[in-house]
Amino acid sequence: MYIYIQGTGCVSPQETAAGNTFPAAVLPWEGPRLKAWEPDYKQWIDVKLIRRMSRVIKMGVAAAKLSLQEAGVEIPDAIITGTAYGCLDDTGVFLSKMINQQEEMLTPTAFIQSTHNTVAGQIALMLGCHAYNNTFVHKGFSFESALLDSIMILREGRSSSILAGAMDELTNHSFNILSRFDLYKKEPVTHEQLLKSTTHGTVAGEGAACFVLGTEKGPNTKAKLTGLTTLYKPAGKAEISPDITSFLAAHNCSQEEVSLVITGRNGDAAGDEWYEYVENTLFAGKPVAGFKHLCGEYPTAASFGMWMGNRILAEQQVPAAALLKGTVPDQIKKVLIYNHYKQTHHSLILLTVC
Amino acid sequence: MHSDVWIAGGGVICGIGNNLSECLMAFERMEPGMAHMEYLHSVHRHTFPVVEVKASNATLAGWTGMSEKISRTALLSSVAVQEAWKSTGLGDISQYRVGFVSANTVGGMDKTEDFFADYLQDPSKGHLSQVVHHECGAITELVADAMGIRHHISTISTACSSSANALMYGSRLIRNNMVDVVIAGGTDALTRFTLNGFNTLMILDPAACRPFDDTRAGLNLGEGAGYVVLISDALAAELPASHQPWCRLSGYANANDAYHQTASSPDGTGNFLAMQGALEMSGIRPEDIDYINLHGTGTQNNDSAEGSAIARLFAPHYPPVSSTKSFTGHTLGASGGIEAVFSAWAVKEGVIYPNANFSKQMKDVPFSPVTKFSAGNQLQHVMSNSFGFGGNCSSLVFSKNEQS
Repeated sequence: MYIYIQGTGCVSPQETAAGNTFPAAVLPWEGPRLKAWEPDYKQWIDVKLIRRMSRVIKMGVAAAKLSLQEAGVEIPDAIITGTAYGCLDDTGVFLSKMINQQEEMLTPTAFIQSTHNTVAGQIALMLGCHAYNNTFVHKGFSFESALLDSIMILREGRSSSILAGAMDELTNHSFNILSRFDLYKKEPVTHEQLLKSTTHGTVAGEGAACFVLGTEKGPNTKAKLTGLTTLYKPAGKAEISPDITSFLAAHNCSQEEVSLVITGRNGDAAGDEWYEYVENTLFAGKPVAGFKHLCGEYPTAASFGMWMGNRILAEQQVPAAALLKGTVPDQIKKVLIYNHYKQTHHSLILLTVC
Repeated sequence: MHSDVWIAGGGVICGIGNNLSECLMAFERMEPGMAHMEYLHSVHRHTFPVVEVKASNATLAGWTGMSEKISRTALLSSVAVQEAWKSTGLGDISQYRVGFVSANTVGGMDKTEDFFADYLQDPSKGHLSQVVHHECGAITELVADAMGIRHHISTISTACSSSANALMYGSRLIRNNMVDVVIAGGTDALTRFTLNGFNTLMILDPAACRPFDDTRAGLNLGEGAGYVVLISDALAAELPASHQPWCRLSGYANANDAYHQTASSPDGTGNFLAMQGALEMSGIRPEDIDYINLHGTGTQNNDSAEGSAIARLFAPHYPPVSSTKSFTGHTLGASGGIEAVFSAWAVKEGVIYPNANFSKQMKDVPFSPVTKFSAGNQLQHVMSNSFGFGGNCSSLVFSKNEQS
């Protein structure tokens, strides 16, 4: 059984939500914090609801709506989301008030919207969708778990289209606290320099990307989701190579057949060594693209990578801003996305052109 | 894809017992666990009873070999996971491909609350060690790492139905031959965040909760963890006679109410669809269900919606039903796991659990819950319901070992 990408939608620090294609120009940024470029939500969400919704809910709903529109699907057979941090803004609001007001005179709205399944629940509510609804919240595997659950359900043969996606927001509190963990660059950095950096740390990002996955081609299908796997805390770089080789073999794909490797380089010297090793050993001479200089680093950033991989297969070209090395072949047939989050959560996604 | 998934064992810790046999004793003796807060520090200490695990973090750490400084959510999880694994007799965990799918709703919030009190005074203050495990997934990894599990690890958070969904996902991992064994369930410790959140919704009962009773006035929050060990057909066939599986997880379904972010629809559409879907997957009819472990929180809204959905699906033959939350309180992300252990054990030993504090049948529901403990009943199929915020509704069906 093939699993087709019937539609995609992406809200990110780039203008990806404007036309659902790869933007012509990169939105430049400076400093260690990238903010999502937000579309006019009124085209999808009632104005009264918009006012009450936090950014992660709005971004998630917009990405979901975009992907359903492209797929031509009104009500999917399942809604499955992944979010590492959940609804941080509402969590922070309720937590702050609870502490500042000594647990008195609190109102329910922020608490209600703080639960991790809020986005998936809101999408179901807006669509009137009674189908299967699930939310994965496992750090750098949140998106991958949502994809895997979707794949397994499609294989059961009773569903035709599943909405799967990931969303994470950055708030002032979360950025402050994550910065104290020494995750981000201390020196000024731009999108052109980030992935060439040799220092410690990366830049923080956020966004939402959704996919309608189905067992049949949709009117706008350009690619198949051929394979997905996760590797938790691999012992070292030497362990990752056989894992990648056997992953490709399991999906009848040789290393030669991979047209493009998309890696999750984020400018952190230690973390990027993994990508460097894989690029040089398994895929020497292959063209390599990156994406975290466009969306920043966050636990579900692989969803942006998959959105970009699908666009590349659809348009049969790699945006100049994304290509890091090598020459892209005339025909782009298979794209391998290799990502890790903080060196502990590694994932592989294989896409094939239709 | 047609292979069965078996329950090889289970473990539980909650406010009525630190392990399954202590919980069973509490049911038999009709001893619900509601009490004043002892370990949770809240201004509402004397207003709302809770169902706390009667052990300090230091005690839990001593039982598990983990640090007492980490989140109570992880400590509770570890206790129940260790009991669950031990109950199977599977031995050395490293000889299997093992998955760990654990649910929770607020991760390490118990520690984040302490961190935030300092941080709000000064953003450079607050010990980072208190917020490093804030994420839901961090709790799962603390326990996975302690157990030496790394084949597949995931965390689910769908409010009060979280751990029922962990069992479903775990089952799929086995049916897809990704792993041989999955420890699936959930954990949640009491936090001020959730206590105050539920208080703003005005659904906390200042007295002991009365699920499915006409006088019910809300829920009591509890804490704990519960896990079952799911195994494949192939592994089940190898088990020795002394450690036969408890039962099969024969059916499950997840549906969304799509009615309101927190409230259930009056007719319990999502509840109905989840129960109907689970029966369909099990290949059985409503009258084949011999006992339902209700979601039964004790709120006006939940019990009416769940009762209506049961009436619509089961009329006129109502199986015995009860809400064990009348003993354990509502343990949120852990409840589906704790109740899965109770339900799987119910099939194995023919146990029907009592519903405490019941006195008056609900006007809008044509049945009443069971009020006495009994064992040795012939139970072929037991249903467990978990419904939550976000419209998330899930039902599981546990069935006797022989194929129906």
